[in-house]
Amino acid sequence: MIAGYNTISMGTGRKEFNPKKERPGLEHYLKEDGQSAVSQIGGVTKVDEGVFGNFMASRFNKQAHLGAFMAMIDPELRYKPSIRVEGACASGGLALVTGIKSVLSGSAGVVLAIGVEVQNTVKAIYGADILAGAGWFQRRKEGQAYFFPGQFSDRAGAYYEKIGREKARLAMARWYRNAIENARLCPTAQEFENKTANLESQGLTEPNPKSFTAHLNVFDCSKVSDGASAIAIVSEEGLRRCGVPVSEAVEVVAVGHAVDDITTLPADPTRLDTIAAAVKKALTTAGITTSQLATIETHDCFSIAGILGMEAIGLCGEGEGADFVLAGHTARDGKIPVNTTGGLIGWGHPTGATGVHQAVTIWEQLTGKAGNAQIAIPEDRPYGLTVNMGGDDKTVVAIVFKKTT
Amino acid sequence: MTYTDRLTNVSVLGSAGKMGSGILLLAALEVADQMLKPENKDRHFVINAIDVSSAALPGLMKYIRAQVLKAAEKKVVVLRGLYAGRAELIENSDIIDAYVDDVMGLIRPSTRLEVAYESTLVFEAVSENEALKVKLFSQINENNSLQPWFFTNTSSVPIAGLDNGANLSGRVLGFHFYNPPAVQKLVEVITIDSNPSDMKEFALQLAKNMRKVVVPSNDIAGFIGNGHFMRDALFALGEARKLSASMPMPQALYIVNKVSQDYLMRPMGIFQLMDYVGVDVVRFIMSVMNPHMPAEDLHSDELDLMFEKGIKGGQFSDGSQKDGILKYDKGKPVAVFSSETGEYIPISSFAAEADIWLGSLPESTIPWKNLVKAADKDTLAARAFEAYRTSGTNGAQLALSYARRSREIGLNLVNTGVAHSAADVNTVLLTGFFHAYGPVNEFVL
Repeated sequence: MIAGYNTISMGTGRKEFNPKKERPGLEHYLKEDGQSAVSQIGGVTKVDEGVFGNFMASRFNKQAHLGAFMAMIDPELRYKPSIRVEGACASGGLALVTGIKSVLSGSAGVVLAIGVEVQNTVKAIYGADILAGAGWFQRRKEGQAYFFPGQFSDRAGAYYEKIGREKARLAMARWYRNAIENARLCPTAQEFENKTANLESQGLTEPNPKSFTAHLNVFDCSKVSDGASAIAIVSEEGLRRCGVPVSEAVEVVAVGHAVDDITTLPADPTRLDTIAAAVKKALTTAGITTSQLATIETHDCFSIAGILGMEAIGLCGEGEGADFVLAGHTARDGKIPVNTTGGLIGWGHPTGATGVHQAVTIWEQLTGKAGNAQIAIPEDRPYGLTVNMGGDDKTVVAIVFKKTT
Repeated sequence: MTYTDRLTNVSVLGSAGKMGSGILLLAALEVADQMLKPENKDRHFVINAIDVSSAALPGLMKYIRAQVLKAAEKKVVVLRGLYAGRAELIENSDIIDAYVDDVMGLIRPSTRLEVAYESTLVFEAVSENEALKVKLFSQINENNSLQPWFFTNTSSVPIAGLDNGANLSGRVLGFHFYNPPAVQKLVEVITIDSNPSDMKEFALQLAKNMRKVVVPSNDIAGFIGNGHFMRDALFALGEARKLSASMPMPQALYIVNKVSQDYLMRPMGIFQLMDYVGVDVVRFIMSVMNPHMPAEDLHSDELDLMFEKGIKGGQFSDGSQKDGILKYDKGKPVAVFSSETGEYIPISSFAAEADIWLGSLPESTIPWKNLVKAADKDTLAARAFEAYRTSGTNGAQLALSYARRSREIGLNLVNTGVAHSAADVNTVLLTGFFHAYGPVNEFVL
């Protein structure tokens, strides 16, 4: 992959954001993103096809048929194939999978993958309805007002039972702190300007079930975001065609794509089994272990999802995720830096864009383009991993990337 | 009669007014809470929104719908539980819409007083006209066999006079909201000896359910809120008059307004506050209170003069500030009215000279918006007053005398039996006027 680009993740927390004023729509984000990406590959003529990852523009923006926006990015893209894919918050990951398959099939040498979501068109309480579409609608009635925070609150409650509430809450607050501190290093992050002094204390704010959920507070949650991310998926021939040096590319080594039955509840709410299955596929295909990973971008839509994700990825044993985080292993100077630009809690979560954003972040880190957020990539650990989750552990895309030599 | 029984048929008089509309909203939300209890599902509830202006009623209903929608959005977690039995209501939006429809279904807009003849509780928010209030209460009372209770929103008229005038046998008390009722946390509850004991209990329960802070006040005209505000305003006008011996009156008004905001660290200056309430309203409240205060003269020639020249203040229907003593641009004062010329004099034409007269503001003085958010407000405020005591500037001296007068007014409200305690006076100023510290504080001495 080459030519990554992220727009600002726009929403509360950014100075530019004013919910009472008119804001940029899908078209703005798609144009900014697409034009910035193609400018890095020598122009639109290099693009063979496009893939758009988007979750719910049909409700947030009353706009479907996003594939037909490609020629709006540049008229020269007219009549080229383009498609929109959807898998809830894993829509971005599915855009990458779709583009990778096109390249592997030989039908395209350069695929422009764009993830986009513009969610601040409605108040959060109505956004919760829209995002609940990532779950089974037959269970919406019994779900909580804030549907997905409710789902993961239930998981957090079960985790409290399993390992003890105090330790779990401390680890979730640490996760929050790491997310914000990393976001402060990335100018496009939604929490870039966050100046809260004691983040862990804020993260420990007691959840309020009367106004939100029983086991999560708002700091445990990713924010409502508008934004887009783009990256070009290229074959070796496509790379040459774009004139981009190999050193500015990352190699896609393996993909793990796993999907569970949306109508079923998790057998054990303290486990993220679909993440485990997708990551296992990806690592096995790549022929590596987690010890060879330099960094991970994981889907921390909620702090508890981040912690359970550490267990599902296999970085620690079941029930050890909190200890793993509290030991500092996921911090940017820890054993395995996770979500180095803030992840979904710190950078933001424009749902359909997140999977692509994760890939862009790994691309930045492995090519030395991460600016102030740059971490060291050890020579003996040249790999990066993305884990993009849709719904409550239902659709997962895990991708292993490798630094080029 | 139980708490719920009392709320089965409620009327709000003057419901299309600034205060009445807020009271109607709060009443509707509280009645809806009762209606949605499972044990009340077969009961019928009504709220009569009564106003003399037929033209204002459609706008009132539009306003109430918008406010109920906001309330529903805030409490959808609770509403999902209340509507759990309605299988067809699935998404938050479904439940919010159903709740808004249910609340609006309670409200019957009307211009006819007769609809209150079946009410068990009557809120009154008509103008501060004692004779009008007595007339309305009498008419309802004489035609209503249910012995209704009357909750008046008067901010100045003594309750006992209303009770006697309308022959209510104690079935009236003061339930004084602050503007805007839906936002301001304070309710002054003014009881009289002849109130039934369960009426007082009901009032406290109602205020609690409306999430209000209750401050009891005795039945003396103006009560605590206006008892302080009117005297504070008169002091400010008096200080401006004194200063005007050595400078033009608009400049003097500017100086006193600035000291009352910046030096006293209040949310707005005293003349801006008078404009917000309405110069005409302030003048009228003084006229209502004055006959009850034989030892004082609650009256201002300066206000009379301005009123005669058409200066009224108040707000436009969108909430923006009308010009009054001060002229506003985007909510900020830009000029001061001159009674002498009948014109507004731009602040920019005298601000520099006035600021030299005031002297520099001590560094320890912080803006109200910062002070009000601080955990140790009193300590920070005390620090500012300590600096005033050691400063020789005119601004600091005026601030000290202003704050000391404010304290004296507060203490007098306690000494004359209006307030039960200095703490109650402070609570009213803190919650009803958004001050960052109460007026009765040692640190202003």
